Amino acid sequence: MISAPAGKVDAGRARHRLSQTELSRGDRVLRAVSAVAAMIPPGLLVFIALVMVVAAMPSIVFNGWSFFTGSVFNFGNLYATTTITHNGVAAPPQAAYGALPLIFGTFATSLIALLLAVPISVGGALMLSEVIPRRIADPLSVFLELLAGIPSVVFGLWGVAVFGPFIAAHVYPALSSLGHIIPFLKGPVGVGQGLLTASLVLAVMIIPIIASTTLVLLRRVPILAKEGALALGMSRYETAKVVTIPYIRTGIVAASLLGWARALGETIAVLLIIGDIYRIPGNIFGNGSTIAAWIASTLDGALGDFTGMGVHALAELGLLLLAISLLTNLAGRIVVRRVAGGVLPVGRGV
Amino acid sequence: MSRPRRSHVRAGLFWGLCGVALVLIIAPAVDIILSILAHALPVLKPSLITETTSGTQLGLQNAITGTLALSLGVLIVAGTVGVLAGLYLSEFAPPRIAANARFFSEVLAGVPSIVVGYVGYTALVVGLHWHYSLLAGILALSALILPYIVKTTELAFSSVPRTLREGAIALGLSRGRTIRKVLLPPALPGVVSGLVLALAISTGETAPLLFTANFSDKNPSGLFNPVGYLTGVTYTDIQLPDPKTQAVAYAAAGVTVLLVLLLIFAGRGITLRSRRLIARMDV
Repeated sequence: MISAPAGKVDAGRARHRLSQTELSRGDRVLRAVSAVAAMIPPGLLVFIALVMVVAAMPSIVFNGWSFFTGSVFNFGNLYATTTITHNGVAAPPQAAYGALPLIFGTFATSLIALLLAVPISVGGALMLSEVIPRRIADPLSVFLELLAGIPSVVFGLWGVAVFGPFIAAHVYPALSSLGHIIPFLKGPVGVGQGLLTASLVLAVMIIPIIASTTLVLLRRVPILAKEGALALGMSRYETAKVVTIPYIRTGIVAASLLGWARALGETIAVLLIIGDIYRIPGNIFGNGSTIAAWIASTLDGALGDFTGMGVHALAELGLLLLAISLLTNLAGRIVVRRVAGGVLPVGRGV
Repeated sequence: MSRPRRSHVRAGLFWGLCGVALVLIIAPAVDIILSILAHALPVLKPSLITETTSGTQLGLQNAITGTLALSLGVLIVAGTVGVLAGLYLSEFAPPRIAANARFFSEVLAGVPSIVVGYVGYTALVVGLHWHYSLLAGILALSALILPYIVKTTELAFSSVPRTLREGAIALGLSRGRTIRKVLLPPALPGVVSGLVLALAISTGETAPLLFTANFSDKNPSGLFNPVGYLTGVTYTDIQLPDPKTQAVAYAAAGVTVLLVLLLIFAGRGITLRSRRLIARMDV
């Protein structure tokens, strides 16, 4: 967990005042070189967006709006000698690129994950900051760092081989029996590879982002406000409800948006666990796919497309994913700017 | 009497649920690490390290050397750029420029890894005709972890106590000398721990490498040849039906987890030491 020390803004201004002092020639070279380096991350962001737009353009023209509504994804007959043309762009015969089931899978998995991860993260962070003494809480928070550092392919392996089979045998049957109340829970539970297992593992993956941010925010709640509440005779629970949680609410929203962005873009773990079948699953336990997983699993096949349209279609999927996750990310960072700078973790929440 | 009792029950329930939440955070972390290691340890034989992956021979040497080559490359590329960028943001940049560069660098960290992989494929593998190559893999990984290094470096420099800077100014030191002689020693542990954590992340990545480094059954043989890596072995082999190859998937995952844990704990150790060091310096 990376966080800025309190009073950073003030220190920043002071640093700038100091930097007005005379610069030697060596200093100027260092400043110029490091300035170039500092422009590389924003430049990369622009470059990535540009490459995706250019690569997706033929597919955008070919598909039009049907990209968002289509429920068929077919690279077409890659051995054909003829092509079909649509809106002036050529593709192999029978080619169709619809994204609807993938968009559904992406939002379904990431929203279920978010729904579970937010209360668990906030509850766990409250426990660590308000109940457990610092001496024990600090070593326990190492587990957040470990969760953040575990590779996504390992999450995938665990989900497929350990967690999925376990939960499908012991928990899903009970959930499925609620099927006559909630239709989406009805039907076969399978062996643990599917939409719900992917969502659960995603929840575990985004917990470190939300929980570690919440923990930092909780530790910044002014002690005087809490003591005031206690002095009024409030219990620890009432203090948490009336003072602490409202104080950090905006920060939790921002961290949740970042966690959501990460869940939207997760590739390998979801690909291994969800079963990667192009369809909207019949129930919550069924196989499906997401945008990210579909790109990773089909790009190899698309490379055989002599018109190149398959690769462009996957670029359009990638562009859509990029747009969604950047918007979520931006929203989170803009929200948090109003509360306190430098609190939000970068990327995975390490 | 009934009102206070009800609120007691509610408070008990609330903290009970918070406790359950904490268990739900810790338990998966423990279970993932233990179950992967339990699967991996029985198949961790010396042959996995002395042999490469070819035919029915189940070795990991090429994947381990490949992961090391990728890490070394990432350390050189992302390390250089990231540390310089962090230094600029902390020491030279006017506040407004620093705020914007920081903002976009953090947004870059939000780009999905598969998108980074796709851009690497389109721009480097196809666009520059590098084909599947170690260099393309290094650059894709670097783009992904650059924001972490920028942030940790900036933080390491900006948390050096102001008294040290003022002392340097009072002595009439130039900015360059101040950075090298006064700021660098206390900031260095923070910078290094940032690099170590970034390496932990890059060691675990798969998606950006699939279509840039691709995979290779041989040890790394040059910047423009494809290269193997541990996460790629796990990703590919777990999807094959043969239990023998699945065992290799576990072995690779076990080695990856051990490497990542080692890096995380090393990074944490350095961070704790540097915090103590800086706390002692602040007068």
